[in-house]
Amino acid sequence: MTDSKMRTKTRYTRAEVQAIADSIRRQILGIAIRTGGCYLAQACSSAEMIASLYTKVMKLGPSAGEWDAIPFPGVPGPDNMDYQHGSLYHGVPAPDKDRFFVSCCHYASVIYCALAATGRISPKALEKFNVDGWNMEMIGAEHSPGFENTAGSLGQTVSIAAGTAHARKMRKDTGRVFCLLGDGELQEGQTWECIQTAAYYRLDNFIIVVDANGQQVEGAIEDQMKIEPLKERFESFGAKCVLCNGHDIDDFVKACRTAHAGKPLVVVCRTRGYTGVEPLKEKYPFLHFVRISEAERPVYQKIYEEMGGDRL
Amino acid sequence: MKIEVNTHERCMIEFAAKHPEVVVMSADLGSSCEVKKFRSVYPDRYFTMGIAEQNMCSWAAGLAREGYRPFLHTFSVFLYRRILDQLEMSVAYPNLPVVFVGFVPGITTPGGVSHQSINDVGVLRTVPNMTIFDIGDATEIEGALDLAYDRNGPVYIRMLRKEVPRLFPAEEPMQFGHARTLSEGEDILILSSSICTEEAIRATGALKECGVSVQHMHVSTLKPFDDPQILEALKKCRPGVVTIENHYEIGGLGSAVAEMIAEHGLSRRLIRIGLPGYTHGASKMYLMKKYGIDAMHLVHAVEELTGKDLPVTQELLLEERFVDYLEV
Repeated sequence: MTDSKMRTKTRYTRAEVQAIADSIRRQILGIAIRTGGCYLAQACSSAEMIASLYTKVMKLGPSAGEWDAIPFPGVPGPDNMDYQHGSLYHGVPAPDKDRFFVSCCHYASVIYCALAATGRISPKALEKFNVDGWNMEMIGAEHSPGFENTAGSLGQTVSIAAGTAHARKMRKDTGRVFCLLGDGELQEGQTWECIQTAAYYRLDNFIIVVDANGQQVEGAIEDQMKIEPLKERFESFGAKCVLCNGHDIDDFVKACRTAHAGKPLVVVCRTRGYTGVEPLKEKYPFLHFVRISEAERPVYQKIYEEMGGDRL
Repeated sequence: MKIEVNTHERCMIEFAAKHPEVVVMSADLGSSCEVKKFRSVYPDRYFTMGIAEQNMCSWAAGLAREGYRPFLHTFSVFLYRRILDQLEMSVAYPNLPVVFVGFVPGITTPGGVSHQSINDVGVLRTVPNMTIFDIGDATEIEGALDLAYDRNGPVYIRMLRKEVPRLFPAEEPMQFGHARTLSEGEDILILSSSICTEEAIRATGALKECGVSVQHMHVSTLKPFDDPQILEALKKCRPGVVTIENHYEIGGLGSAVAEMIAEHGLSRRLIRIGLPGYTHGASKMYLMKKYGIDAMHLVHAVEELTGKDLPVTQELLLEERFVDYLEV
């Protein structure tokens, strides 16, 4: 714990935040090149948001998780409740500290990279990403670094986070609860059940951040289901909603600081799944899981090296 | 037989007084689930969640993670069929202490097929970390909340409401994983649960008069299902076993018993009396008779196992019967 305390910085310049975002993109591009595929577009769309959340927006204590990756600690059950929870990487829960729930758990690699870039886990832990038998799974669960809960079934985490915010509000904690959602998930009915309830219970300690990258598995969101107009939708359900450019650190940080007395806040971030890795634009909107073929490899390798990555 | 009224209403309030972290959540059916009075006694501990069970379930998981003990109140059918994914991923996988207090289980509702939780035990028996209680009388209503609390994990209770008979002495509370022996015998083992235990008590009396030696046990812990007393009774009663339950004939008590028989290599005939499939909207007594989860069908099953024609008539079985559960 002493190690991570030393490594956890509390003040970051804008340039440092951008450098963290860049490193998230670079590392996940590296994984995609090495392994032939990864949730790369999610890294491209959310890198600035995630980097800003960890450095400028959320108030987290120093990581209390193991510095290195650990073997899968087992399924929770009556005889296994004291396993290392992924939330420990956000610090020991305390009344004045924020909490962070990641609903779009396909973003696990992004979270791991952000933890590494902010001194919460060893950069070497990333070598265990998606390796059988380890806790750094491709799709995170309770035990995965940076995860509060098991989020793979969409629509549930926002309610779990809201229930947590409700508990903390009753307890008069000053810390807030953040929840990261994808925009495809806004098609789930439960998301809207949650927003109406969070508004009903006046959860002004609850902040939802949406990575509105406009893509889902089968293509562009607008070609699958109508979810717009998001601001009007969220506000009609009783939340305060602001739109921002999710690739603009200052704009995002400002949006997260919007006053929302008596209401939950929803920050909808307009992003693109190819930001920073331009050739991905050719694949848009089919970017849910990016595969890089042998033929494409040199193009991505070149970008990777331009980003400062080593020759793979 | 004494009929108790609104036992859960009283128990939930008394229970909450002992445990300040207990909260009640309702999906607009609290007043049909005996927590209306709770709401007036503990308004700050009663969370109205609207008609939105999925959110209620995951929200409860969030509260439980923070040390609260949520007791979800709505009809059984909405606590497993509608929200199975939420129940599994938000609550059961992380093994959180959330209690699903399901009302009007099986055919104890005139609400028709949409309201009847006929396969809840079958579905939830396959959910890891889950405990299942099936309540049989007023004494068990009084004991279930404490047992659920002690489990410190997800618990599903098939709860009874309004007029409920007191079949078991009030001073002998329900025990976890421990069947209640109501009659000792050696020919036939009858295992019953929920509202069918009252039927089985009726049938057992008549069967004894016909010279059949019946071992009758009431089962209220359906998961885990490892009561050594049941295993001993299965070993003892060589002619066979009859199970009777307020549930689809597949997946519930009868299936749990079949698994136990097979796992222990016992050679026993088993007749599972349960609902043959979906039913329809009508009174409890009508449905029990029409779909065969009543005393007369139990007698027929015993006749089949013993190969004897027994002089048991419907009149003999009819003692005091009461009509309840009229409100949807």
